[in-house]
Amino acid sequence: MTRTRTFVLIGVVLALLIAGVGSYYASSSPDGLEATAEEQGFGDTARDSAAAGSPLADYQASGVDDERLSGGLAGVTGVLMVLVLAGGLTLVLRRRSTAEPADTTTGTH
Amino acid sequence: MHVPDGYLDAATTAGTAAVAAAGVALALRGARRELDERTAPMAGLTAAFVFAVQMMNFPVAYGTSGHLIGGALTAVLVGPWTAALCMTVVLMVQALVFADGGLTALGTNVGLMGLVAVGVGYGAFRLLRALLPATRTGLLAAAGVGAFLSVPAAALVFVGLFGLGGVADVSVASVAAAMGGVHLLIGLGEAAISVAVLGAVLAVRPDLVRGARHLQRATALAPRPESAGRPVAPNTVAPVSAPTSAPVDAR
Repeated sequence: MTRTRTFVLIGVVLALLIAGVGSYYASSSPDGLEATAEEQGFGDTARDSAAAGSPLADYQASGVDDERLSGGLAGVTGVLMVLVLAGGLTLVLRRRSTAEPADTTTGTH
Repeated sequence: MHVPDGYLDAATTAGTAAVAAAGVALALRGARRELDERTAPMAGLTAAFVFAVQMMNFPVAYGTSGHLIGGALTAVLVGPWTAALCMTVVLMVQALVFADGGLTALGTNVGLMGLVAVGVGYGAFRLLRALLPATRTGLLAAAGVGAFLSVPAAALVFVGLFGLGGVADVSVASVAAAMGGVHLLIGLGEAAISVAVLGAVLAVRPDLVRGARHLQRATALAPRPESAGRPVAPNTVAPVSAPTSAPVDAR
């Protein structure tokens, strides 16, 4: 049976590959909501987000010319940010809730 | 499905933000009951995985694309309250860092994808799990239907919000038909991806799937002889594999 730490590691590598490499091959057509908005005539009511000037806006790292590399960097950064934030949040919640000692054989990632 | 700023008026946007905040507060309480030494490492991984797969837009009809929402899948993997938190983290990072989904619309998106998709997906999953046979196939079918339904459900709640506070003067019935139609198709993709991911995790580490714990109790997923040091139930297949794994009776 795969150890939990190995399992999590494989999962993280998979997520990094999907976001860092696979995302380049994703469809660039508008998504269901955006396409509906265009078709139904309310697409132009969308305003630019206040975060539109972010260095990673629209999943492209600004200053990196190569589109594949730029998107890959953005994807990898996003996966790591979500991993740290969601993983940290759940670990904090778990520790406060369990009366038992926090260190178990499964360890943390 | 990420709602940008501007589609909904200020009052509706503020209303959804209040509902989302209340939902997240409840989830922070509920998740404490779900998070143990198995689900805590899984939650961070699942959120990161959902972020990655949400980047993989797949084509649906008429030059339109869709992507996994992941609310139902996450709820089956780590529990519904933890799933709402995972989805909220994903949506916050997307809105703040990647400008995907509006900033003022963050509450709307947390409501749609963090609460509605998780709630409908997990609710349908639990209902079907109780009705279907307690097997791996039954579990995958329940999760697949839950994932499928979660997408049009979130889309139709958006249409409801649009009817309440859409900025544009557009026929709500017409928006409902268009949103419902395309999100039924996207729901099929959601179901396919969710079942594939869940099937893969069940094949490797079924004990890490929170929504599959009843299968373990029923020993429908026969525990392997070397697993976790737990006594093997008498009606499992373990004795069949004994000659290869236990050389004790070799003379």
